Amino acid sequence: MTTIDYLSAALLIAGATFFLAGTLGLLRFPDVYTRLHALTKADNLGLGLTVMGLALQAESWAAAGKLLLIWLLVLLAGASIAHLIASGALQRGIRLWKR
Amino acid sequence: MSTVYLYALVGVGLFCLGLYALIVHSHLLRKILAINVMGSGVFLVLVALAKRTGDMPPDPVPHAMVITGIVVAISATALALTLMLRVHEETGRAELADEDRG
Amino acid sequence: MEAMTLLTWGFDGLLGLALLWLAWLALSCEDLFRAIVLFVVFGLLMALAWVRLDAPDVALAEAAIGAGLTGALLLAGLAKLGVDDTDEKERPENRSVQWLPMVALLPVAVGLGYTIFSLPTNAPGLSAAVTANLEASGVSNPVTAVLLNFRGYDTLLEMVVLLLALLGVWSLGGTALRREAVAGPVLDTLTRLLIPVLILVSAYLLWVGAHAPGGAFQAGSVLAAAGVLGLLTGWRPRSTLTALPLRLVLIIGPAAFIIMALFTLLIEGQLMKFPPGKAGVLILILEAGATLSIGATLAALFLGEHPQNKARK
Repeated sequence: MTTIDYLSAALLIAGATFFLAGTLGLLRFPDVYTRLHALTKADNLGLGLTVMGLALQAESWAAAGKLLLIWLLVLLAGASIAHLIASGALQRGIRLWKR
Repeated sequence: MSTVYLYALVGVGLFCLGLYALIVHSHLLRKILAINVMGSGVFLVLVALAKRTGDMPPDPVPHAMVITGIVVAISATALALTLMLRVHEETGRAELADEDRG
Repeated sequence: MEAMTLLTWGFDGLLGLALLWLAWLALSCEDLFRAIVLFVVFGLLMALAWVRLDAPDVALAEAAIGAGLTGALLLAGLAKLGVDDTDEKERPENRSVQWLPMVALLPVAVGLGYTIFSLPTNAPGLSAAVTANLEASGVSNPVTAVLLNFRGYDTLLEMVVLLLALLGVWSLGGTALRREAVAGPVLDTLTRLLIPVLILVSAYLLWVGAHAPGGAFQAGSVLAAAGVLGLLTGWRPRSTLTALPLRLVLIIGPAAFIIMALFTLLIEGQLMKFPPGKAGVLILILEAGATLSIGATLAALFLGEHPQNKARK
């Protein structure tokens, strides 16, 4: 395994750790809003690290560019969907968790 | 012996799970979900068995059949959902009437 | 290499167990909404299983159609069913009635498992024949060659099946997709940004299907996703567009296949036998028509009712 492979593996493992953290937040946080917060932030960063790790293994600049495009689209869609879920929850009267 | 048989057995398990749920549940939406799971099980068996080619690339004919099957499954699901909604409109509940109960 | 095979076995085993467990959860869950969401997750894990089985075309189709569009259809159906129709969990009074199907299905499962193990371990099937004739087929992706050239007749029938499903839904006078209040700025902007991107991705998938995983069905489902996104934002096409143009777009796929079949029958004497030099171009034409039809049909299936439905209001 060359240096690039080790770097890719490290980035992929870091991305997976962020996904794990996001899922932990999903399971442990008290209400919808905090869960959305944990999911979108951690998963976006985790996906970014995963895409970087995979882009190092891509065989051409075009393939790496497409991977980056995937990350940007997920960023866009994830943020919008989180907003829609949160505003839908507010409309249904789900109140924010106060300690 | 490879992961081919593992996935084929998972496919058989999914088919039987779906068939059990199809028989037991009376709500029509659950029956539609069960049929979809059965279909996924069958596709898994087909594609897993297509990989028994040794070192060569897998057999593409079952892949084409499964792609066709996925598209047909969604159109059948759409038609089944419309039928379920009509049953709901006519009888007020989305379940098949049971002859034993009144 | 022992660690590698152990890892792959571990991963495949975990994936198989997750698939079975998710299917069981989705089918036995009390809340229907949760069951549908679990089914969508099940579909995404199935896409992962297809990748593990060296079937990237099937993985693309499963992720787009099996998980995405089917999940959207089921959720729309649940919404149209109404919130007050919560699932009355009526367990049959007689417990043995529930054990009976389980006991009856066990020999079925064992029999199927035994049949699978008794199949030969090395069965190339038709892959040698496909590889031998791949250059003559006009494309270099074997699955596209099988779908559009060697088994083009099956694809013709499948286009007609899609159309028949839509005709069935329309003739039942489906329920309208409930139109919420005006969509907020976020959803509106997201849709305006995403629909052109989706159309571009669909065209790319159509083009690349000739030499890489992709093709008409995957491209058509991405187009349908664009249509579903527009419908969810509350957009409805103008009534002038839904009369004749919609019908033309729905027909163009099956019509292209049928016309091609008739031509090849008349010129070459055999159904769907392409002349070797022009096969690539003909396949691209067929796929373009199929993409448009599949996209329009799936989006119309999601809408559920005839776009000009006035009679049932």
